[in-house]
Amino acid sequence: MISFALRRLAGLVPTLFVLVTLSFFVIRLAPGGPFDQEQKLSPEVLANLDAAYGLDQPLPVQYGRYLAGLAHGDLGPSFRYKDFRVAELIGSGLSVSLTIGLAAALLAFLGGVPLGAWAAWRANSWSDHAIMGFALLGTILPGFVVGPVLALLFGIYWPVFRVAGYEPGDSSFLVLPVITLAFPVMAYVARMTRDSLVEVLQSNFVRTARAKGLPAHIVLVRHALRPALIPVVSYLGPAVAFVVTGSLVVEAVFGLPGSGRYLVHGAINRDYPLVMGMILVYGVFTLVCNLVADLVYCWLDPRVRLA
Amino acid sequence: MTARVRFAIAVLVIVGAVALAAPWISPWSHDALDWQHLASPPLSESHWLGTDRLGRDLFARSMQAIRVSIALGLLAAIVSVVIGVTWGAVAGFLGGRVDALMMRFVDIVYALPYVFIVIILATLFPRGSLAALFIAIGAVGWLTMARIVRGLTLSLRRREFIDAAIASGASTSTILWRHIVPNVAGTVIAYATLTIPQLILFESFLSFLGLGVQEPFASLGSLINEGAQEMESSPWMLLVPATLLTLLLVAFNLLGEGLRAAREARHD
Repeated sequence: MISFALRRLAGLVPTLFVLVTLSFFVIRLAPGGPFDQEQKLSPEVLANLDAAYGLDQPLPVQYGRYLAGLAHGDLGPSFRYKDFRVAELIGSGLSVSLTIGLAAALLAFLGGVPLGAWAAWRANSWSDHAIMGFALLGTILPGFVVGPVLALLFGIYWPVFRVAGYEPGDSSFLVLPVITLAFPVMAYVARMTRDSLVEVLQSNFVRTARAKGLPAHIVLVRHALRPALIPVVSYLGPAVAFVVTGSLVVEAVFGLPGSGRYLVHGAINRDYPLVMGMILVYGVFTLVCNLVADLVYCWLDPRVRLA
Repeated sequence: MTARVRFAIAVLVIVGAVALAAPWISPWSHDALDWQHLASPPLSESHWLGTDRLGRDLFARSMQAIRVSIALGLLAAIVSVVIGVTWGAVAGFLGGRVDALMMRFVDIVYALPYVFIVIILATLFPRGSLAALFIAIGAVGWLTMARIVRGLTLSLRRREFIDAAIASGASTSTILWRHIVPNVAGTVIAYATLTIPQLILFESFLSFLGLGVQEPFASLGSLINEGAQEMESSPWMLLVPATLLTLLLVAFNLLGEGLRAAREARHD
């Protein structure tokens, strides 16, 4: 199992290399450059800026330099946030996004699985319909609807939580963003848990367990839930990566200094190193989360062999 | 037809009809300013759903936004269906190295964040050129469709009627368009119905970022964004477009799920 994990980790390198190469050239397809502003800079200033950041070199040279920097763990300077390295920006943003994201992922899992299990347990009852209706809303409603509505309800009409801003250590700022971020993931988890559990509950080993006299709730928790969680885990891999790298919408709605905005703003401002850094971070998180999901598989289902 | 599907169709027909007829129903146009009613709550005189900060009628603006959202959702869905079905059917039918190459391409594009691709595409077109933007979004959204169609084609490929078609000398394109595509059409339609709400959401997201619909036109996303900034003093500016968007998305999803369930029931 350890050698499997190591081999998979080594396999990440070529994938990340393709990802970096592709995004390096794709982002330069967009017209305009990082120093275009409303007020045009004089050609001399622009030439100096380009030279300072190495943008006057041919593209293959820039690409080579970027890779060389990357090999030394250097993500380069940000073009737009003057005097900041990309690593500093992403690092400080990620510390906020990771806190919110991990809390949201945890809430989604701990809330979604019991909801889904209850719905499957009472399949086609009114509580099943109620939970699935709630899950439908969760999968449909975007963060920019849920966030402001929650802020309106719990920040203004019934002011229990803080609506905007961030102070390290004060968790009352984080409650609404975490709920907003967790809601769609929790809804998906509930739906998938229910659907796969309904199927598992009809299988032979569940009938055997019931036939030998085990009470139904023990069969559900000890026997049926584990195999039923397999599709949930494969969904959670990429979902956690997405939630943890920061959601632009949630951060914008609640005014949080997370890292989600860097991908979008970097792409809009042609801040090439910043975008590349975010894509790289996103890629690493996705691949690592998928790896963890694969490891959790074999724990859930001993028949799965890691090759 | 289940009660949910009937409900979904009823909602879509009613909302669609009202949105289309709005210019004749409402005394206000979507960009008319009413200086007597700045940020008025719903049911103030002829402003049924209230007005925004500039005194523009929220009913007229919401209905105009719904027209834009549905039109763009349909347009982008059609583009992604055309590309996705062609790509998937060709890859699945030809198989071998061509298939591997085509699907590897899909995998690589998948690995890039969707938002990133769309922002790059958005910068290639002039601002406000929404049709072009949406063709671009549709062109990115075909990836999942291509995977689904390829999977279906792979299993169809082994069926006798395809062998019979090959044996009778039908050309590859005839087999694809006459035999494969009609057989995947049901699943494709069900899936495409589920893509429409995603595309509507995506347009709203882009408008939320300021990359989508430009003033004086509105989309549900830009209305929600404006409303969220005014929600303390005038909550209806947030709640009206948010409710309408929710209604549309729920209806499209129920319809899509219903179509998919109907297909699965027939297969069992």
